[in-house]
Amino acid sequence: MALRGNLRDFSFTQILNLINLAQKTGMLTVEGPGEMARIYFRDGKLALALIGREENDLSAILARSRKITANQARVIRERTRMMTDKEVGLLLINAGYLSQKDVFDSLQLYSIEVIRRLFTWVEGIFQFDQTSPVPTGKIPVRIDLENLIMEGSRQLREWEQLQEEIPSLDMALKFTDRPGANLRHLNLNLEEWRVVRYVNPKNSMRQIAQATHMNDLEIRRIAYALLQAGVVEMVRPGGIPPVMPPRSLPPVNKEEHKSLIQRLINRIRSL
Amino acid sequence: MQNVKIVVTGPFNAGKTEFIRSVSEIDVVSTERKITAEAEKIKSSTTVAMDFGRITVDDELVLYLFGTPGQKRFDFMWEILSEGMLGFVVLVDSARPETFREARGILETFRAYAPTPYVVAANKQDCDDAWEAEDIRLALRLDPQVKLLPCVASQKETVKTVLLELLYSILESIETPAD
Repeated sequence: MALRGNLRDFSFTQILNLINLAQKTGMLTVEGPGEMARIYFRDGKLALALIGREENDLSAILARSRKITANQARVIRERTRMMTDKEVGLLLINAGYLSQKDVFDSLQLYSIEVIRRLFTWVEGIFQFDQTSPVPTGKIPVRIDLENLIMEGSRQLREWEQLQEEIPSLDMALKFTDRPGANLRHLNLNLEEWRVVRYVNPKNSMRQIAQATHMNDLEIRRIAYALLQAGVVEMVRPGGIPPVMPPRSLPPVNKEEHKSLIQRLINRIRSL
Repeated sequence: MQNVKIVVTGPFNAGKTEFIRSVSEIDVVSTERKITAEAEKIKSSTTVAMDFGRITVDDELVLYLFGTPGQKRFDFMWEILSEGMLGFVVLVDSARPETFREARGILETFRAYAPTPYVVAANKQDCDDAWEAEDIRLALRLDPQVKLLPCVASQKETVKTVLLELLYSILESIETPAD
């Protein structure tokens, strides 16, 4: 089954959210205008991100994070031409030039940088392939996606889209019961914390906005980020009775209503 | 004679008319018109007011299936159609992720109209480009307890399954009403 689409319709942040929630393993290919990125995931965590024709061997990544100089990177590349990143990493660690932490920090930083660039892509085709593991020889990292999703969501500024996602500020927010959703692992900024303080099924988003002196756009932006990260969900605010439309068939009593539904079930089964 | 209704809703071209046609005992009373807007020319005609199909249960009870118009400019019809419904089906085109956000919006709108049970049907599961139902659940941010059923609107059996699951949910809601 396909998991592919267009970034115009399904943003990169939403793809990350899907991969995170489904704890997917595989390779996401994103083809933007003139550039292509390959992002690998393991159990819903970011394992490796590579972009375009950019030099992305270990020595280049170490130079980028200033663990080594550009000149050192060039020398390492020349001397280890036939070696994989794993072998080069081991060589540098065993020789005492770098620690394992230096290597992992650099790789993490690089993958996160690639993801940040992808947040800015609004045009492109994506496809997820569950059969493609991290290439042999590359060093996989393990980065939680929640904070990246939060960051990507923060970059979302399109008012129209936010309005579509959160059509009414009269809805309330409540913390999700989803296992694994944990505020402690999230890096919330000050504004987000101010909203989180008021998250309660009794408070509509409009009331939260008033209490925190935020405008419609600001509250929508933060609510959207929290929703995307799976921390909260939208609910009808407590205390406001649901709008009950007039029924064409008012159930006279519970038993009668049940009997009616049972008759419908029997009829549909017999079709 | 008692008339009851179930509403079938979803974005433009999700397969609502076909869904109703698969189980209706009458030719679907359709209000389809030729499409004029270039952007909407995925198909040649679309529903502009409503479709309805009928399933006679017995001498005293008839079930009507109402299909909502999919195009946004006819959304003023939705509230009228939702009045008095037993429940509703949100049909999603599994092969067109660009419509998922709209489907989510329609779902929220109908939930606001009436707190009746509903199910989501991931239609066109026979298409090569169809997303898996569970991926659609995540894309639509549906709670795990919301029923999301794979469906091919042209296949009567899958349509029956969707309707039955909705009716089971309705039965359950009668037995255990929400607070």
